Amino acid sequence: MTDDGRPEGPITLEVLTPERRVFRDTVEAVVIPGRQGRLGVLARHSPMLVILRPGVLSFRRGGGKERMAVSGGVCQVLHDRVLVLADAAELAQDIDVMRARAARDRALRRLRSRSAEVDEARARAALERAVARLRAAGVDRP
Amino acid sequence: MAGILEIRRRVRAVKNIQQVTRAMQMVAAAKLRRSQERLLAARPYAAALEEIIADLARRGPLLDHPFFRPQGGPVAYLVVGGDRGLCGAYNMNVVRHALDGIAARGDEVMVIAAGRRVRDFLRRRGVSLEGEYAPLGEEIELKLARVVADRLGTAFAEGRCRELRVIFTHYISTGTQQVEERVLLPLAAPAEEQKRAMVEYHLEPSPRVAGQFLLPRYLQVEVYRLLLEAKTSEHAARMRAMANATDNAEEMITELTMEMNRERQAGITREIAEIVGGAEALK
Repeated sequence: MTDDGRPEGPITLEVLTPERRVFRDTVEAVVIPGRQGRLGVLARHSPMLVILRPGVLSFRRGGGKERMAVSGGVCQVLHDRVLVLADAAELAQDIDVMRARAARDRALRRLRSRSAEVDEARARAALERAVARLRAAGVDRP
Repeated sequence: MAGILEIRRRVRAVKNIQQVTRAMQMVAAAKLRRSQERLLAARPYAAALEEIIADLARRGPLLDHPFFRPQGGPVAYLVVGGDRGLCGAYNMNVVRHALDGIAARGDEVMVIAAGRRVRDFLRRRGVSLEGEYAPLGEEIELKLARVVADRLGTAFAEGRCRELRVIFTHYISTGTQQVEERVLLPLAAPAEEQKRAMVEYHLEPSPRVAGQFLLPRYLQVEVYRLLLEAKTSEHAARMRAMANATDNAEEMITELTMEMNRERQAGITREIAEIVGGAEALK
């Protein structure tokens, strides 16, 4: 993202869930999983409010790229601040890969079974969340 | 002599009870601390979401959302208390407040109980419950709060109740908790003079879609915090009740020990008197 010659500056990225503050630090760039596509945010981005879908939120801090799984929510970009209100969020290093895999397989089984008692929307949402966590953890990349 | 044995047995029994109450006090204290932390940790998200919603509401289109528009139906009360007793008047205070509210409104109410104790109390008083969440569990799960909030929010949006009120115990400090009644729905529209937009946003979805997405989440986090607050109050109440019980046991032990010593001294004095009396007689 540096290659296009746009100005860079620090952004405060804060990620909150109803249960806790997951992240707050100064970063150089953020890519958020918007409902209508992934969005890159650098300093001095114009104010916006975006609804998120379950996916990977990545950001650059101290030159290194880091990832986080978010399972939907809303993101507010204001001045040099990116505020993410997520339904749930986990930093890549905190993700339990085994559990995420198990959740993904369970959701897939449910979707394939096609039985009447499977709530398809819920299974699909669970699948999306599990896949997002696996991607953020850096395994099972598409 | 039989008196001393009897008293000694009672001292032992009281000491056993005291050990139990002291353990329960310590457990409640640990749970109280955790509960307080979780309550504190929920604040930043709730505050930020509230701000975003208030800001959107000032722009107007959000106000079409059913959460701002009460329809018909009775007033719904969500009564939040505990699953268990041994916490002083905690549950009773909530139930009393609820019964007063119900009596004042006649049959224009719809009652939903949260907590096993509260449910049982209300049932015994002949209150018909529209719904119940019991047990609430030792720790309040966000998942549960979401279920409760979604169901109540839907009932309101569909016009099954015109107002949603919560009766719960507000946690002020370890020493002070107060039963409170709060209106959750309808949401209050912002005052007319504040209806100016602060920052020009680029909204990726329309404000209407944003409202549909954000308002149910707002209700969820509010319900989550109310349930947590009630749980924190319950732990504080239980800790205090058990501390009192431990102190009372201590007092009882002191009294019984004193009585036992007096009894023993009386026995010794009696024996000496007999010996002296016997010696006198031999002279």
